[in-house]
Amino acid sequence: MTLRLAIASLFARALTVGMTILAIALSVALFLGVEKVRTGAKASFADTISGTDLIVGARSGSVQLLLYSVFRIGNATNNVTWESYQDIAARPDVDWIVPISLGDSHRQFRVMGTTQAFFEHYKYRQGRSLNMAEGIVMDDLFDTVIGADVAATLGYSVDDPIIVAHGLASFTEHKDQPFRVSGILEKTGTPVDRTVIVSMEAIEAIHVDWQSGAQIPGQSTPVDVIRGMDLTPKAVTAALVGVESPLQTFALQRAINQYPEEPLLAILPGVALQELWGIVGIAETALLAVSAMVVVTALIGMMATIFSSLNERRREMAIFRAMGARPVTILGMLVLEAMVMAAAGAILGLALLYIGLIIAQPIVDTAFGLWLPIDAPTLREAWVILGVICAGAIVSLVPALRAYRMSVADGMIVKT
Amino acid sequence: MNAAVLTLSDIGYRWPGRASFSLTVPDFAISRGESVLLLGESGSGKSTLLSLICGTILPDRGSISIAGTELTALSGGKRDRFRAERIGVIFQQFNLLPFGTVADNILLPLRFAPERRKRAGDAVAQATELCAALGLPPDVGRNKANALSVGQQQRVAVARALIGQPPLIIADEPTSALDADSQAAFLDLLFAQTEAHQTSLLMVSHDARLGDRFDRVIRMEDIAQIERGAA
Repeated sequence: MTLRLAIASLFARALTVGMTILAIALSVALFLGVEKVRTGAKASFADTISGTDLIVGARSGSVQLLLYSVFRIGNATNNVTWESYQDIAARPDVDWIVPISLGDSHRQFRVMGTTQAFFEHYKYRQGRSLNMAEGIVMDDLFDTVIGADVAATLGYSVDDPIIVAHGLASFTEHKDQPFRVSGILEKTGTPVDRTVIVSMEAIEAIHVDWQSGAQIPGQSTPVDVIRGMDLTPKAVTAALVGVESPLQTFALQRAINQYPEEPLLAILPGVALQELWGIVGIAETALLAVSAMVVVTALIGMMATIFSSLNERRREMAIFRAMGARPVTILGMLVLEAMVMAAAGAILGLALLYIGLIIAQPIVDTAFGLWLPIDAPTLREAWVILGVICAGAIVSLVPALRAYRMSVADGMIVKT
Repeated sequence: MNAAVLTLSDIGYRWPGRASFSLTVPDFAISRGESVLLLGESGSGKSTLLSLICGTILPDRGSISIAGTELTALSGGKRDRFRAERIGVIFQQFNLLPFGTVADNILLPLRFAPERRKRAGDAVAQATELCAALGLPPDVGRNKANALSVGQQQRVAVARALIGQPPLIIADEPTSALDADSQAAFLDLLFAQTEAHQTSLLMVSHDARLGDRFDRVIRMEDIAQIERGAA
């Protein structure tokens, strides 16, 4: 009966109570939404590379190697010689190996030299393969495949010409060796979307007239001549490696890390991703804290609503007192009301979240490559709802204690 | 004379924060089944006296006994429970929970009074009987209290005070919002019920014309003194 009366009392103040519940609902939806985006971003981040057992590069830090080889952020301190690359590729425990050569750029996008094997072995989001949205994989020496963001940002389509610039922030361009867009990849939500992919031979080809990072003055080898040259790479920036058996991963990692010919580093992508997430996760924590503050603000709003209703409800409290209710019962009723409001707000917020997810999931995936999973409410979300209800009860104690004191002072007589 | 249901002896009360104001009630009693009209002007201490009798405030000295129980000896919680068990209260107008149904309002005191609930037996059935006896329409129980007329609300308030047959009914100016005809009808219903259950009635009013309906009419100044010292 008490719960029913509390609900009836809330219905009697439907407008203010409704606004309060809506405020709580929106704040809970925001909080849980941030949580969903956080877990989605974390999953997308972890799914940037999938199915690769090791990443090999020149010896530096594991995060640095991950950043430049997978996220195209920063630069390698050194390259891996082609001989070492071949040596690793020839090991019996290596199932496949994909070379990566970085250093040049096109507009603000990185150019990556690789082989056809990249399109076969690079996986993302739990084993998804790269797919062509348009065109084909590089067929000619000066063909390039571009990521979805490159195409969208620069308005490129198949057969458009591309001039690659030397280095990352250089005004010097490889004008004499223009590329042709042979294909555009589907959106992946990974750094591949922002990459211009060419063949390893093409990287060698555009640097034929270069030495020690600078163009040899007055030298310009014709493209036809270049096509006839030996374009075997001299070095790679990094390599993605798949092992024959997962059991061999650590042995291969140890062998590469102890490689006697040159200092190399082999990292487990999953471990390095976790390490990297630990660094960027500070922003995630800050975002979560801000959204938690929004929930707290909504609950304080509820407290203000209860406070403002106290005076007009003195007669109601006096009736309860006259009927034999103890002041603590009055206190309990107000706390119960607050819990009902908080629970209604939290459940409505959860519903709003799922409605929002259903609407936003394909849009966010297309726009940002961020996959927001729509799963059944998790235990964590249940705890959040429970937490909101408990927090609602706690903040309501402030006006409830005032009501308690008022009901003690007023007794059953209220002069209004 | 029947045994006293309510006895006040040598009551002294000072309002908190107003030490110079005090109310004293040397001796006052109401017998079982007796109806008493207490007349008094505003500021004569009527509300304070009712609060003392209902146990929401305690006197500084003296004794308040209701149905043989010394109210001043009870703790706050026990006084609240005792009030729920032994006293039916009728206020002025607007004395129902507006958001509750008629049934919610009538059954409300039973929620805080297990013995009274036991006495009521089938509480819903008794509430229905009371509604019928008070001339309320059938199936009124499901109506929202704020959907009733003022006269109907007062009848519901009487039903709420009478359910579970408490020995004492306190009525605080219940007819002040009613016209003369409605006042008479209301009192007819109230007396019919209190007489049927041998319930004592203490009704506070400033309207002396109601006096001939009661067994006894007293003025506040006859039973109580208010001292107003220098502030």
